[in-house]
Amino acid sequence: MYIRSASAVSPQASFNQMLSTPAVYTGDKLNCIEPDYSKYIDPKLIRRMSRIIKMGVAAAMEALKDAELSMPDAIITGTAYGCLADTDAFLSRMVEFNEELLSPTSFIQSTHNTVGAQIALMLHCHHYNNTYVHRGSSFEAAVLDTQSLLEEGEAENILVGAVDEIIENSHAIISRFGIYKESESNKLLNSGTDGTMAGEGASFFVFSKNKEQNSIAKLEDVKTYYKTGRKAENIIHNFLMENNVPVENLDLIILGNNGDSKTDEHYNTVAQHLFGGKRLVGYKNYCGEYPTSSAFALWMATMMIEHGKKINNATSPKKILIYNNYKLKYPSLYLLSAC
Amino acid sequence: MSQKVYIAGVGIISAIGNNVGENLASLKDGNAGMQQMERLQSVHKDKLPVAEVSLSNDELCSELKLPNHISRSALLSTVAAKEAISNSGIDIHKWRTGFISATSVGGMDKTENFFTEFLADHQNGDLKNVVNHECGAVTEITADHLGIRDFVTTVSTACSSSANSIFLAARLIRQGFLDVVVAGGTDSLTKFTLNGFNTLMILDSQYCQPFDENRRGLNLGEGAGYLVLVSEKVAESMDQKPEIALSGWCNANDAHHQTASSPDGTGNYLAMKGALKKADLKPADIDYINLHGTGTNNNDIAEGTAIKNLFEGNYPPVSSTKSFTGHTLGASGAIEAVYSVLAIREGLIFPNLRFETQMKELPFAPVTELQHKELRNVMSNSFGFGGNCSSLIFSKVIG
Repeated sequence: MYIRSASAVSPQASFNQMLSTPAVYTGDKLNCIEPDYSKYIDPKLIRRMSRIIKMGVAAAMEALKDAELSMPDAIITGTAYGCLADTDAFLSRMVEFNEELLSPTSFIQSTHNTVGAQIALMLHCHHYNNTYVHRGSSFEAAVLDTQSLLEEGEAENILVGAVDEIIENSHAIISRFGIYKESESNKLLNSGTDGTMAGEGASFFVFSKNKEQNSIAKLEDVKTYYKTGRKAENIIHNFLMENNVPVENLDLIILGNNGDSKTDEHYNTVAQHLFGGKRLVGYKNYCGEYPTSSAFALWMATMMIEHGKKINNATSPKKILIYNNYKLKYPSLYLLSAC
Repeated sequence: MSQKVYIAGVGIISAIGNNVGENLASLKDGNAGMQQMERLQSVHKDKLPVAEVSLSNDELCSELKLPNHISRSALLSTVAAKEAISNSGIDIHKWRTGFISATSVGGMDKTENFFTEFLADHQNGDLKNVVNHECGAVTEITADHLGIRDFVTTVSTACSSSANSIFLAARLIRQGFLDVVVAGGTDSLTKFTLNGFNTLMILDSQYCQPFDENRRGLNLGEGAGYLVLVSEKVAESMDQKPEIALSGWCNANDAHHQTASSPDGTGNYLAMKGALKKADLKPADIDYINLHGTGTNNNDIAEGTAIKNLFEGNYPPVSSTKSFTGHTLGASGAIEAVYSVLAIREGLIFPNLRFETQMKELPFAPVTELQHKELRNVMSNSFGFGGNCSSLIFSKVIG
């Protein structure tokens, strides 16, 4: 399948900005730089929408615009945590007011399919609409459904994306598990200590079955595994073999190391055993760590290919592999080629 | 590509029974599961009847040998999924097996108790009670218990969630990605959903009356249902080849409002029509529709109007088994899929309990007594918040 467009609301203002002067965060988290939503959403609706809905809708609308597509044949979303702010608002009020004096608004917007549903509502899109909520493989499940739906011949152009947000209470709870640390995002990947920085974001793509004039890249293959007993080197090697792409043909490898010395060791081993001498980059210094961050990595890879086509020099990457392994439980792989 | 996907086994736990046999007996005997709240601790205890699974968390944990901090959603899921596998008789470890679950509340039953302490002081509250908050965490408890790893995922599209997990399973089997999939969904009762639906003023303080002119709303329920879907190759390998297949499915969106259905039930209509097309069937081929039929004013008129428009002149028998189980939200699509399979297997149309007055807008009324009839094609409808509408068609395999 082909990627016609990619758009992200992330802790980076834009891809070009990220190339020249990436936004740097100090503390234990990276929060999104939000766009001017009035470009995408009716002001009356903006007031009612929580942040995750606005971020998702903006990224989705931008992806559709870039693909010059007005009506997708399907909308598929991945989110690990869903609409946390609305869930938290309803839950907190329910506890504080002992199940009395509640208003339905936040409950209505708390269901995990709200972002996908709001996009459908704005587009008046009656087509296929699904939402996957499987922790570190939520986005991968959405992409696999996309691939399957295209293969089934039930769609030609699909809007697919992932959203997750940080809110104060969820951050306070997750922090108690001891997985975050105070750091500076530009030094995070070399910090060499335990813990990482939290992240968030919304990334949307238009995938199509056929190569179009404006296709940016071909997503050659995607795979995700659940608690596999197989070694990462073995999985990656087989993935590349199945696609007839020897390591030497890869121009760039994007890895999901997050600066936590406990899990970075895993990526270092993979890099040493498989990718000696290759161009390797991390991405979580730009977006932080969160369960659907691989969607940010795919956005970054797509934008690098698009940018590379424009400048068209020897270092422009034409074949990119992404390897992320969230909490070392959900190894996932993406292989892209420039169109 | 056009190979059939068979239903090799079913498993269920609901307010009307802890397994398939008990559920079927209640459906035949007309025994509904609603009563005064017993397990859920809510201030609305005396005002809002619910349909609770009779087993306590302690009983479920000791049966499954799982620790008692585990979400009730995961416990219900594990019981029903285990039954589905044992009912199928398949050794799932011999095949590429997936587990596709669905839930709308996930581990919220534990989180809402954690929150009481957490809000008082952010350092308070036992983290064991939030570690499985995510929907996917609930799925993983069951998948790990069953030893399924080849593909594990979770769908969440509110009240249509588990219908989507079932057709995804069928599609992945048809495409040769997996051989066997245990697919369905689970949801436990929580104060979060009870209060949410209560603020929307769509809960019935009496026992619900789906598709009745004087319906007042829905009763919440809980439970889990799973189907074991298998490829042609797996079906051939079984001692007795399954006789029921998932023949059609469709997911469409109403795109009308975040929670309310459009007056004509556009999404419902498109989902039913699409499922017929996928199954290559005409409206007249459908022998029974297991309705979404929540009992709310809005759902039943939308769904009824969509059926009126699509089945004009060929109205099949219809009933809402939510009159037995209450609305089990993310589990309802799967629970009703299990009932649809049982309807074909047993040659039964289940009654719509407590029905009194036909809706004036509709030219048909639901079935009120148990009917014995050979059924070839049964449609099961699931519609949810966010306009998410899905319909499934189960068919008897001939020849």
